[in-house]
Amino acid sequence: MTPALSFRNVWVEYGDHVVLEKVSLDVAPGSFVSIVGPSGAGKSTFLRLALGQEAPSRGEILLDGQPIPAEPGPDRGVVFQRYSVFPHMTVLQNVMFGARCDQAPFTGLLTGAKRRQAKAEALAILEQVGLSASLKAFPRALSGGMQQRLAIAQALITRPRILLLDEPFGALDPGVRLDMHELITGLWREHGLTILMVTHDIKEAFKLGTRVIAVDKRRHDPHAPQRYGSTAVYDFPLDDKQKTAIPREIAAMAGEV
Amino acid sequence: MRRLLNARPRGGGRLLLGLLPIAILVLVYLVASQARHAENPRDKILPTPAAMAQSIQIMALQKDPRTDRIPLVADTQASLTRLGIAVGAAAATTLVLGLSIGLLPYARAGLGPLVATISVIPPIAVLPILFIVFGLGETAKIVLIFVGITPFMVRDLASHVAAIPEEQIVKAQTLGASTWLVALQVALPQAMPRLIDSVRFSLGPAWVFLISAEAIASDVGLGYRIFLVRRYLAMDIILPYVAWISLLAVIIDLLLLTWSRTAFRWAHAPGGRR
Repeated sequence: MTPALSFRNVWVEYGDHVVLEKVSLDVAPGSFVSIVGPSGAGKSTFLRLALGQEAPSRGEILLDGQPIPAEPGPDRGVVFQRYSVFPHMTVLQNVMFGARCDQAPFTGLLTGAKRRQAKAEALAILEQVGLSASLKAFPRALSGGMQQRLAIAQALITRPRILLLDEPFGALDPGVRLDMHELITGLWREHGLTILMVTHDIKEAFKLGTRVIAVDKRRHDPHAPQRYGSTAVYDFPLDDKQKTAIPREIAAMAGEV
Repeated sequence: MRRLLNARPRGGGRLLLGLLPIAILVLVYLVASQARHAENPRDKILPTPAAMAQSIQIMALQKDPRTDRIPLVADTQASLTRLGIAVGAAAATTLVLGLSIGLLPYARAGLGPLVATISVIPPIAVLPILFIVFGLGETAKIVLIFVGITPFMVRDLASHVAAIPEEQIVKAQTLGASTWLVALQVALPQAMPRLIDSVRFSLGPAWVFLISAEAIASDVGLGYRIFLVRRYLAMDIILPYVAWISLLAVIIDLLLLTWSRTAFRWAHAPGGRR
């Protein structure tokens, strides 16, 4: 089976500062891959690469076997930790935005049957994320958790090949975070999504993922810390989603953070 | 005792406190005017309210036999037309340039330095050039206001647009938005409240440029009138005119604020303050 997303020997370097080195990674369709690692290890660089915000200095990145375009597009959805919803649109308008871009590329406005269909789809997704009661609210009136629900609903409407999550629950209260875990797991199963999530919360990574990748530097030169980049140092496939104890190596790495 | 920092006036007291300095100023004026008139009944420097009322009647109710128009109406119309065209053109230019410079790296590289350079030129210093190039007619006055306020507005809007979180711009692209749609649907609506604010702030300088231009070369307009009657020390006309200009400025400001609050509700906190 063609991987949904694959990194082939990817390097990211700025001058002599190596951020990522020799990263090879295949994300299978339908999997939920969590990326963990200490701060500054280049976790978010994975997402920037997958989004096309940044290009690798060496190697290639494939989406469904094709090289990814060098800029963000509707085939890759994203939810950031903050600021991923549009403050000037209501909840419903936020979710309909994807459909508007797709079907009205010049005005961004939909009319008639197209509008009704887009609205029906948006309402269905909003129902699933539990925002049906606040269709006309502006994001500033929503709590942090509700804003993230909205951001997820908004990303799902374009049916992306892969959903990229960048610390999506990092700014939320613990209780809300648990609700969001349930929500994203449910959506993942129901829509058959492929998810790549970056998080610094190792428990979250193991709880949600079908596979956990730990990113860190393999080698370290104390006199030239920028000389070596990070790579995938551990790769745990979690078959049958057995949520067993967190492996010792990872727990040790968390201690270093 | 409670710190002065924490003592807050409430309700009626607050209103009274705000009116007090104004009342004192008016009182001081009346007393001073009275005193001067006691000494010299023909004093022109501090006219009495009665004298001002009479002048207002002449300027605002009677037609000038030479032009067959009511001076205050003609002046107001001329000045507001100049101001309106100039500020409208400035706002339109700001929208196009501000969005381009704020969103597009190529526009920023190409136009940023030019706008920055133009914005440091004191506009009044180029007024002679404008008079030479455009003549003494309406164009030079309108261009002066335009040149005076646009660079600041463009820089303000461009930095506001550039400060839209990158996450939002990337998110829009992952939802399939083109450059055009990001500009139209994401940046433009978020730029509008800021543009209105920027127009509100620029109206002060705009009035300054308008009155300067009218003072130098014009035959109608609020600024023209003030500088014309100055020759006769006609404070009884100047003071009501200044009050009228201030009132117009306040009304325009309130209209813009109301527009921003009703059309861009999302940008204003429920309490009313941004």
